Amino acid sequence: MNEQVKLTAKDWASEQEVRWCPGCGDYAILKAVQRTLPELGSDPANTVFVSGIGCSSRFPYYMASYGFHTIHGRACAVATGVKLANPELDVWIITGDGDALSIGGNHTMHLLRRNLDCQLLLFNNEIYGLTKGQYSPTSRVGTRSPSTPFGSVDRPALPASFALGAGARFVARGIDVNKKLPEVLKAAHAHKGAAFVEIFQNCIVYNDDVFGPFTDRKVAAEKQLWLEAGEKMLFAGGEKGIGFDQSTKTLKVVAGDSGEVLVHDPANRAIALLLAEMPADLFPVALGVLYEDPAPTYESAVVEQNRAVSEGKVADLQALLRQGQTWQVTKEPRVE
Amino acid sequence: MVTATQKLTPVEATAADRAEAVVVRFAGDSGDGMQLTGGQFTLSTALAGNDLATFPDFPAEIRAPQGTTFGVSAFQINFGSAAIETAGDAPDVLVAMNPAALKVNVAALKEGGLIIADTGEFSARNLAKAGYDDNPLENDSLARYKVIAFDISARTLEAVKEFGLSNKEALRSKNMWTLGLALWMFDRDRQPVVDWLKAKFAKKPEIAEANIAALNAGHAYGETAEIGGQVRQHHIDPAPAEPGLYRTVTGAESLSIGLVAGAQLAGLPMFFGSYPITPASPLLHHLSRLKQFGITTFQAEDEIAAICSAIGASYAGSLGVTSSSGPGIALKGEAIGLAVMTELPLVIVNSQRGGPSTGLPTKTEQSDLYQAVYGRNGDAPIPVIAARSPADAYDCAIEAVRIAVQYMTPVMLLTDGYIANAAEPWKVPDASSHVPFAVRFAEKDVEPYQRDARGSRPWIKPGTPGLEHRIGGIEKAPVTGHISYTPEHHAQMTEERFAKVRNVADSIPEQDVCLGSTSGRLAMVGWGSTFGPIHQAVRRARKRGMDVSHIHIRHIAPFPKNLGALLKGYDKIIVPEMNAGQLKTMLRDQFLVDARPMNKIAGQPFMIAEIEAAIEEALA
Repeated sequence: MNEQVKLTAKDWASEQEVRWCPGCGDYAILKAVQRTLPELGSDPANTVFVSGIGCSSRFPYYMASYGFHTIHGRACAVATGVKLANPELDVWIITGDGDALSIGGNHTMHLLRRNLDCQLLLFNNEIYGLTKGQYSPTSRVGTRSPSTPFGSVDRPALPASFALGAGARFVARGIDVNKKLPEVLKAAHAHKGAAFVEIFQNCIVYNDDVFGPFTDRKVAAEKQLWLEAGEKMLFAGGEKGIGFDQSTKTLKVVAGDSGEVLVHDPANRAIALLLAEMPADLFPVALGVLYEDPAPTYESAVVEQNRAVSEGKVADLQALLRQGQTWQVTKEPRVE
Repeated sequence: MVTATQKLTPVEATAADRAEAVVVRFAGDSGDGMQLTGGQFTLSTALAGNDLATFPDFPAEIRAPQGTTFGVSAFQINFGSAAIETAGDAPDVLVAMNPAALKVNVAALKEGGLIIADTGEFSARNLAKAGYDDNPLENDSLARYKVIAFDISARTLEAVKEFGLSNKEALRSKNMWTLGLALWMFDRDRQPVVDWLKAKFAKKPEIAEANIAALNAGHAYGETAEIGGQVRQHHIDPAPAEPGLYRTVTGAESLSIGLVAGAQLAGLPMFFGSYPITPASPLLHHLSRLKQFGITTFQAEDEIAAICSAIGASYAGSLGVTSSSGPGIALKGEAIGLAVMTELPLVIVNSQRGGPSTGLPTKTEQSDLYQAVYGRNGDAPIPVIAARSPADAYDCAIEAVRIAVQYMTPVMLLTDGYIANAAEPWKVPDASSHVPFAVRFAEKDVEPYQRDARGSRPWIKPGTPGLEHRIGGIEKAPVTGHISYTPEHHAQMTEERFAKVRNVADSIPEQDVCLGSTSGRLAMVGWGSTFGPIHQAVRRARKRGMDVSHIHIRHIAPFPKNLGALLKGYDKIIVPEMNAGQLKTMLRDQFLVDARPMNKIAGQPFMIAEIEAAIEEALA
């Protein structure tokens, strides 16, 4: 790729016709990614989008880069092989709540704890869209769906706290149609290691407006807490903030000018977990980069060990064949 | 090439004669070190120039309760001065380290065979644990055998007492004492074992010395003790063999070296993704030590991640390899389909074990043939090849890599627990004689599913400018590879995938007859690790004048082009298999021949005598 040529969002769009339902939040995410990549100076030849199965996993077909639409739940495992085989590639994983947390939960956990250098975008719509509307592992208790006509009874998984529990070193949140999504994507890309990004994505057909209580324009200011490193955790136009309640050892909503407002330190894992789990009825939803604390990446450790233990050794197949104890037979076999 | 010889070949003429071959089985508690004892005896035997075959037989439990029958671990070796192809039917010598080992193994012993037993372990408690009411060494229940019983434990303690070890530590050298005696019995050199002990315990020289002392004491006991003249020294002459350099090799070793060779011939780095499972894990262990050959090994979180990572690595331009046993292969099934659909090279090694489900993890079987050939959703053909012996696994590994990269397809390579763990002498191949099949990645002017003369699509690595494209498990249009559900496209792509695998038959040798003639009254048709017993049985029957031939199939999918015509030249076809009749069904299906089953589903290899009896019955 000639670095002189400045790419545009259009250059990242493949010739494939996009086939999501009209009004699907996936369109907004696709646009955000296609707009962000030129700003990152990414090279389509060197970029690979790997996905599993689900509505979101159609994503790679619409990017004019390399793409691999794999099987349900396994994007993380395929991406691990891609990155280990060629650490130079810029790997993006596109997955959904069912793909990453239900059928593929195991691979998501291990990718995060290994800290493979990649961006993992989890489109969370709290529903199975492609299979026509069954409840998902992130659906709230009481979700009515074709498979739970009387309401779901199991408690949902929280993607951000799952990621933190698995040992992720970067956990962020964004909203499909929110203009700050590109900034979140840029932060994820800048992070060296596994960058876990949960994107609240509206499924207009099977779970419309499920995130409305914090994404609707009318309540956005009151119910969204956008985190900035080194800045006070303020929301509601600065009138409110998040403080730490010493007596209960948990978070509390305080007045913006109270002097109790916490300053966001992304490297504070304990606070990140509290932010991720703030109850929706009493608190705003924490958005932006909740946690970032880089650590050595898996593929770099593998490459380094491969190099170190190979130093001074020759890839000599003849010697390998002859290793161990050998003996020479000189006589011809007897013929009777 | 078809070999046709009506008369006895020189190989047949020098076939293993009972007098020239001895079968020894070492049996003890799983903590007694019987596999180590057997392994070292094997090495000394190989260095003495005998041909040999071994059969390690161990429990699934790492440390089963001591003294119990289910904790018995055994190692059998058949060695001789002529060609040896099986671990032997019935042992001539049984070394029993405790009552349980005797109980489990005595029935297999040859009539008149020799039992060497450690009386130090035949306590009332151990006898009870093994289910003996009476001490068999003291009643006449072993009258059919020769029995030498003495206190090996006490003699070991005596031999190592100067090293100041605890009682427990000292008794760990019992296996070396026993090995010393066995080495004396068969006139084997102790030095290789001494060297090995010194290397193994380099950091604990006192342990090395204690073991060497025990080894020497066992050897000296044979030389000097008056043990009733029943134990005598045998000398087995070296076996005739092709001149050249030899080593012993297990299937897991030869397979790992074969994969390394295959990757070199293809000019590719190798990515090996695997998840531990018995009996496939040794392959992961061997390859993880060979990083200087451009190998990245990845112990994945599960079987699915193991194969998916290998597929991802192949997509990115490495030779992706994954390995497992039946239950793990079942988990990989969906991903094998993905590799079929995306037409990426991949080698899948299945070290088969007894099934279904968890089955018999440490026992051998060849019951995954259907799984290999048919075990996926949709019409998902893949080439399947099967190794016949530890040494053959090397060639099969190279062949699997060749087919995978030339035909852009997953290839299943079948071995089994017996091949993976058993050892045999191996004439070391000359790596410089291999024919390279260097891969050329596409660089420009090509469509993702544009096919070459073989029917293969190009291999395009991410990172290649101008060839950005998307692939996946969804059906696609020919040539471009764009998503397509069009009926014509699905029909055409399905046929193209079949045609590509059929075309593999153009690149493989015609089926040969490995013993006997190209037509006749009876063909014994096998695949995989049944080679040894079938071959020996056919050889013995032919020596007795019977018209029987041995055909052994390496390429199971696709079959060699001449196989159908060849089979039709025999009046009868018997297919001995360690399953309920899987190759038999495939042969009947594809060639409409009256192939008859001969099945052994016991977790144990065939005995030569069993197959010989089937031949006699068929020709009666």
